Amino acid sequence: MDFSSVFSLGQTALELGLISSLTVLALFLSYSMLNVCDLSTDGCFTFGAAVGAVVAISGHPYLSIAAAMGAGMLSGLVTAVLQTRMGINSLLSGIIVNTGLYSVNIAVMGNTSLLNMNRTETVFTKLKGALSQTAFSSQFKVIIAFLAVAAVVVFLTFFLRTRLGLAIRATGNNPAMVRSSSINPVMTTTVGLIISNSFTALSGCLMAQAQKSVNIDIGSGMLTVALASLLIGNAFYSKNRIVFRAVFAVVGAIIFRVVYTLALRFNMPAFMLKLVSSVIVIIAISAPYLKSQMPMIKRRLANRRGGHNA
Amino acid sequence: MLEIKKITKTFNPGTVNAKTVLKDFSLTVNDGDFITIIGANGAGKSTLFNAISGTFFTDSGSIFLDGKNITLESEYKRARVIGRLFQDPKMGTAPGMSIEENLTLAAGRGGWLSTISKADREFFRQTLSSLDMDLEKNMGKIVGLMSGGQRQALTLMMATMNPPKILLLDEHTAALDPETAAKVLSITDSVVKKNNLTCLMITHNMQSALDYGNRILMMDNGKVVFDASGEEKKKLRVSDLLVLFKQKSGRMLDNDRILLS
Repeated sequence: MDFSSVFSLGQTALELGLISSLTVLALFLSYSMLNVCDLSTDGCFTFGAAVGAVVAISGHPYLSIAAAMGAGMLSGLVTAVLQTRMGINSLLSGIIVNTGLYSVNIAVMGNTSLLNMNRTETVFTKLKGALSQTAFSSQFKVIIAFLAVAAVVVFLTFFLRTRLGLAIRATGNNPAMVRSSSINPVMTTTVGLIISNSFTALSGCLMAQAQKSVNIDIGSGMLTVALASLLIGNAFYSKNRIVFRAVFAVVGAIIFRVVYTLALRFNMPAFMLKLVSSVIVIIAISAPYLKSQMPMIKRRLANRRGGHNA
Repeated sequence: MLEIKKITKTFNPGTVNAKTVLKDFSLTVNDGDFITIIGANGAGKSTLFNAISGTFFTDSGSIFLDGKNITLESEYKRARVIGRLFQDPKMGTAPGMSIEENLTLAAGRGGWLSTISKADREFFRQTLSSLDMDLEKNMGKIVGLMSGGQRQALTLMMATMNPPKILLLDEHTAALDPETAAKVLSITDSVVKKNNLTCLMITHNMQSALDYGNRILMMDNGKVVFDASGEEKKKLRVSDLLVLFKQKSGRMLDNDRILLS
């Protein structure tokens, strides 16, 4: 394998890693901060991709980004209202919205499950045109993905330090304390989910535009992939600072994509992606638990071997 | 002034487990009162606090605070004027966040998008230094790493930072070791006096029920069975309380924590 093909593989991994890290940052807000496992993520990712694609195809490359994020906010609002105002369990609300979005997405895409953007003007083609004579001409995807990720990281770092951001973090930590600070946890959960879903939709929108097509399955498994990335990132930081945690969520996403790309190079079939991400999530979440159970397991084993007196 | 008028609360209504904890319960608390509340398990002390703070709504009756009807106001809205501490020191603080972040939420100053300012930090530092626990020296410390006593003292600061109209203390020192409990109790007393707070304190410790406050309530079966204030309260001794309880309820005080303390 020569240098240029390694380089291009690395570049693809970086692009995909950065774009999907927007979903990881969304989960960083909803899962790590708000303590809500938002199962509408897959549907919302596709929703962003579909809305973004339709708006871009109709000739508005910049508006498509805003429209996708707006769609994500709407989806987040619905998920939040279901769980805070209508007595539906938070996991179930996510699944319900996810299922409903499948139909909505096909409707948005105009009764089809595949849209092609080969000739569509998007933010990517705009930048590609602008950079055509420079040394960065092949880096246009990475640049856009990087800018989006940087904007979201900066936003989160600032936002989570504001009073509203602190209230959102406290809601995931101790909702009773939030109420006794005269803040309504319904409000903080709603705001948190609206923001996080806007990032998920942005992620889907950029993913579709980068690969110049959107199909109805583009978001399937995204939640697990993003969760795996988030947990990989968690393994690397020791400080509790928000900015580190957000940056390592992005690093986790890139590591995940690099490892995945390498695995593909070594002939792992592409369809294994989701199994691999599932296994990573299982290991990352269960390992601390199993570790804490180890002394007990050892004692039980010793007991079995040595009879009741061991 | 807090006026509780004929409130009733039944748990699990319509089932075999239905239990009416408060029935037509009335109580008037005057401004500046520091009331200690004692009573056996299941007397309805915590239920009374839950009703006042809005953890649940009462089935009937009404609650007025300074003339305003708060009977149907939600818990988080009432929290603006009602401060509360629980037995469990973990209840009142966000464990994964720092001291100053917790204080910021409790202070509730500035807009939603404002961040902690230098002036805020200075204010927090002064507030914390009155605790004499050295918490002001490391306000970036994560609250989950603090001891129960420190957390309860911090919760007290948070609950009284914007002086509430009513402070509810629900056995807030019961989970602490005796020495820490005494310290938190003395901090409580000074905070209440300094801000001239109106305060209700449930306690299992008969001696502190007599030592603190200007009025004492003995509750049993959802009713106030004994109510003394001023000079009458000052004359009471622990042995008097035990005799009184037997007279009023027809049985011995069965709360073993009370008997052991």
